[in-house]
Amino acid sequence: MAVCIAVIAKENYPLYIRSIPAEHELKFHYTVHTSLDVVDEKVSAMGKALVDQRELYLGLLYPTEDYKVYGYVTNSKVKFVMVVDSSNTALRDNEIRSMFRKLHNSYTDVMCNPFYNPGDRIHSRAFDNMVTSMMVQVC
Amino acid sequence: MEQGPAAAAGTAGAVGAAASASAPAAAAAAAAGSSLSGASAGYCPVPLPLSDSEQQCYSELFARCCCASATSSSSSSSSSSSSSSFVHPQPPSEVGRGAPIPGPAVTAGASQVGDLFRASQLPAETLHQITELCGAKRVGYFGPTQFYVALKLIAAAQSGLPVRIESIKCELPLPRFMALKNDSEIRYSNPADLHGLKCQIPYVTMEKNSFKRMDDGEKQQETMSPTMSPISSPPSSPSNYQRVPLTYGYGKLRSGMDQMHAAPYEARQVALQQEGPTAGSHGSKPPRLQASLIRSLSVEREPQESNNNYPDDPWRITEEQREYYINQFKSLQPDLSSFISGSLAKNFFTKSKLTIPELSYIWELSDVDCDGALTLPEFCAAFHLIVARKNGYPLPESLPQTLQPDYLQTAFLKPKRDCALFDSYSESSMTVNQQPRDLNRIETSMKEKAELTAPAQEANIDDKQALKISSVDEAMPKDLSVDPATPKDLNTLRARPRSRSYSNTSLEEAMKRVEEPPTPPPRPQKSHSRASSLDLNKVFQANAPAAKPGLLPPPPALPPRPFVSQTEQVSEIELHPQLTRTPSQTEESGSPVKKDLPHTQPPSKPIRRKFRPENQVMENQEPSVSGTSSVPTSKPHAPVQKQSSKQKKAIQTAIRKNKEANAVLARLNSELQQQLKEVHQERIALENQLEQLRPVTVL
Repeated sequence: MAVCIAVIAKENYPLYIRSIPAEHELKFHYTVHTSLDVVDEKVSAMGKALVDQRELYLGLLYPTEDYKVYGYVTNSKVKFVMVVDSSNTALRDNEIRSMFRKLHNSYTDVMCNPFYNPGDRIHSRAFDNMVTSMMVQVC
Repeated sequence: MEQGPAAAAGTAGAVGAAASASAPAAAAAAAAGSSLSGASAGYCPVPLPLSDSEQQCYSELFARCCCASATSSSSSSSSSSSSSSFVHPQPPSEVGRGAPIPGPAVTAGASQVGDLFRASQLPAETLHQITELCGAKRVGYFGPTQFYVALKLIAAAQSGLPVRIESIKCELPLPRFMALKNDSEIRYSNPADLHGLKCQIPYVTMEKNSFKRMDDGEKQQETMSPTMSPISSPPSSPSNYQRVPLTYGYGKLRSGMDQMHAAPYEARQVALQQEGPTAGSHGSKPPRLQASLIRSLSVEREPQESNNNYPDDPWRITEEQREYYINQFKSLQPDLSSFISGSLAKNFFTKSKLTIPELSYIWELSDVDCDGALTLPEFCAAFHLIVARKNGYPLPESLPQTLQPDYLQTAFLKPKRDCALFDSYSESSMTVNQQPRDLNRIETSMKEKAELTAPAQEANIDDKQALKISSVDEAMPKDLSVDPATPKDLNTLRARPRSRSYSNTSLEEAMKRVEEPPTPPPRPQKSHSRASSLDLNKVFQANAPAAKPGLLPPPPALPPRPFVSQTEQVSEIELHPQLTRTPSQTEESGSPVKKDLPHTQPPSKPIRRKFRPENQVMENQEPSVSGTSSVPTSKPHAPVQKQSSKQKKAIQTAIRKNKEANAVLARLNSELQQQLKEVHQERIALENQLEQLRPVTVL
C-alpha cells in the first residue's frame, strides 16, 4: 500500500528509507525531504501544548497529484514519513495509523538491540521484513 | 589405449558416471573424482573412469591397506586415512577437498590387500587374475592405480563380468567385501546400498543402521572426510576449535550436509577420538558422546523427540554446551533466573570478534521478547548462534525451533534448575556482592541509554528497569541463604517499594535539589557528600560480610528515608571522628547513638545522592543495623568468616568502580541540574512576557 517509507532521525537525516518501485526512488527521496518542513511546521504548531498532549500521528502532510504523504513523529523527534499512492483510495486513516504504529513498534525493537547505536542506519532484518509487508506489491 | 582421448574420456566418464550413477555426488567429490581420473590417466596405461562413490570407496580402502605401512605418505591420503584408521589417531589434517589420490610413493601393504581381496569372496584364481591384470604383478607392488584397477576388477567379477581390462570400463557396482575383523573395516565393506542391496554381513548395529540410512556418495564422502568442514563454509582446523564448539562442530558437519545419518556419527566418533589427544580435558566427552551416539543410533531415524542428545542438528544445544553457556551466564549474572542487561551482553559478545552487524542480527534473533535484555534461554540461544557463526555456519533467517526460549526453558532448565538454585545458595555470598554491582551496572547502562534516547523512552526504560530490578529483587531473597526471617523481611520490604522509588527518582532529586540543605557537616576529605558516604562504606565493609553475607538487597529510598537519615547522620558523625574504628565498635556504638541523635540535619543529602552509592550505603548499613541484632547469631558461622575476606575484596573493588562512576555521573547531574534551573527561569520569564502581551491581543 505504501510506496515509500522513511525513518528520519531527529537531526533530519535518514535512518532508513525504502521505496518501490525502484525507478522513482529519487523522486520519493525528494518528496520525503520536502515533507520534513511540513512535519516541523505541524510539530511547532502543536508545540504550545505540553509534550504529553501532542499527538504522535500527524496525519496527511500534503497531497499531490500522484500520491499522499503522511507523517508521524515520536517523542524522541524521530519522524516516520510514508508516501502512499493516491490511486489507492481504499486506504483509510485508521489503516495508516495502524501502519505507523507497527513501524513504531518495530523501531522500538531495533532500539532495544544493544548493538544498535542510535543514529546509525537501520539494518535490522526484522524491520526490513515488516516494512516489506507494508509496501505495495508491484508485479 | 591412447592417453589423450583416454584422459578426456576419463574426465568425461567420471562426470558421466556421476550423472548417471544413482549415487548423487557432491561437487567436491566430483572434482576430486575428475582429478583422480586425470591423475590416474597419467600414471597407468589403463584409464580408469571412476564414479565418485567408487572413487571415495577405493581411496578409503586403499588408505586402509596402507595404514599398516604407516608411511608418511599415508598421511597424505589425508582425511581418508584419518577417517579410516581408528588405529591411528593421527592429528587430523586439514583437507580442503575430498580424498585426493595418494602419491605414487604410497603402496598398499600386500598382506592387507590380500586380506581385502580374499574378503571379496572371489575364488583365488580370479584374484590371481585380477592382480595380474591390474599390473601389481608387473610392478611388484600395489600402488594406488593398481589398487583401484584391482578393486574395479573385483567389482566386475562380483557382478559376473569376465575379468578383463575392458570390463572395468563400464559402470560397475562397488566391490563387496566380507566383514573383516575390525569394526573400521566393516564400514567400508558395503556401500552397495547403491543398488539397494542389503548388507550381507553381520555388522555392529551402528553400522547396520548407518548403512540403511546411507545415501551413498554423500555419506561416503562424509565418512571419508569427517574433518572437512562443509564445503560452503570456510574450513577450520579442528584443533583450533574451542572446547565447546569443537564437539559442536562435528555435530554440525553433517547437518551442514543436511542429513541425519549415522555415517557422520561414525565420522564424528573418529574425529572425536582423534581430538582426544588434542583436547585434553575434553577426553571424557568423546566417550560420553560416543555412548550417546550409539544410543541415538540404535534408534532408527526418528525425529528428535525420544533422544535428548540428538547431535545432528546444528541448532540444538548439547549438554556440555549448555553447561558452558550456563557457566558463562553465571559469570555475568549470578542469578540464573534473572536478566543480563543489554550493555553487559554487548560487551561480552563483542569479545567474540564477530562484526557488529552480525552480532546485531544474532541479538535480533535471540532476544525474542525484545526487551533489551537476555534471560538464560535467550542467552544460550545467542551464544549458540555466535558459536555457530564462528564455526562458519551461516546465520538462519529465523530462530530455529530448538533455540526458542520456551523450548530451551522446558528442555533444559528443568534439570538444571535444582542445581542452579543449589549453586546460587552456595554462592549466595558472591551473589550478594555481585548483585549490587550488577544492579549498578544495570543502572548505569540504563541511565546512559536514557540520556541517549528521549525522555519518553526514558520513562519506558525506567519502567523496564524497575520491573527488572524488582524481579531481580524478588529473585534475590529467594537466593539468600539461611538467615532468620527478620533480615529477609527487611529485604522483601525494601525490594518492593524500590520499583516505585525508581520512577520517582528524577522528581525526588529535583525536589531535593531545590531545597538546598543548610551547611553540611564538616568533612575530613572531599567536600562531596557522596564521597563521605562512600568512605562510610569502607567502614562498614567488614561488617557486611561478617554480619549478613546473604543479606544485601538493593534498598529503596522512599520508605526507609527517615530510617536512612538517622543512620546517615550516625554514619557521618561516626566517620569523622574515627575512621579507623573497628566495625564492631562502630556498630555497637552506632546503635545507641542513633537513638540519641536528634534529627538536626535534613535527610536531603543522603537521599539526593544517586542510587548507586545509596545502595551501597544502605547495604552496608542494613547489615550493620541488623547485624547488631544478629551479630551473636552470625558470629558462630565459621564459613561466613572465611568468606568475609573475599567479600571484602569484592566489595572494595565494587566500591571503587562505583565511586568512579558516581563521580562522573554526579558531575553530569550537577551540570544538567544547572541547565534545568536556567531553563526554568527562562520559561518563567517567557511566560511573564506572554502574560503581558496577551491582554493587548484580547482587546
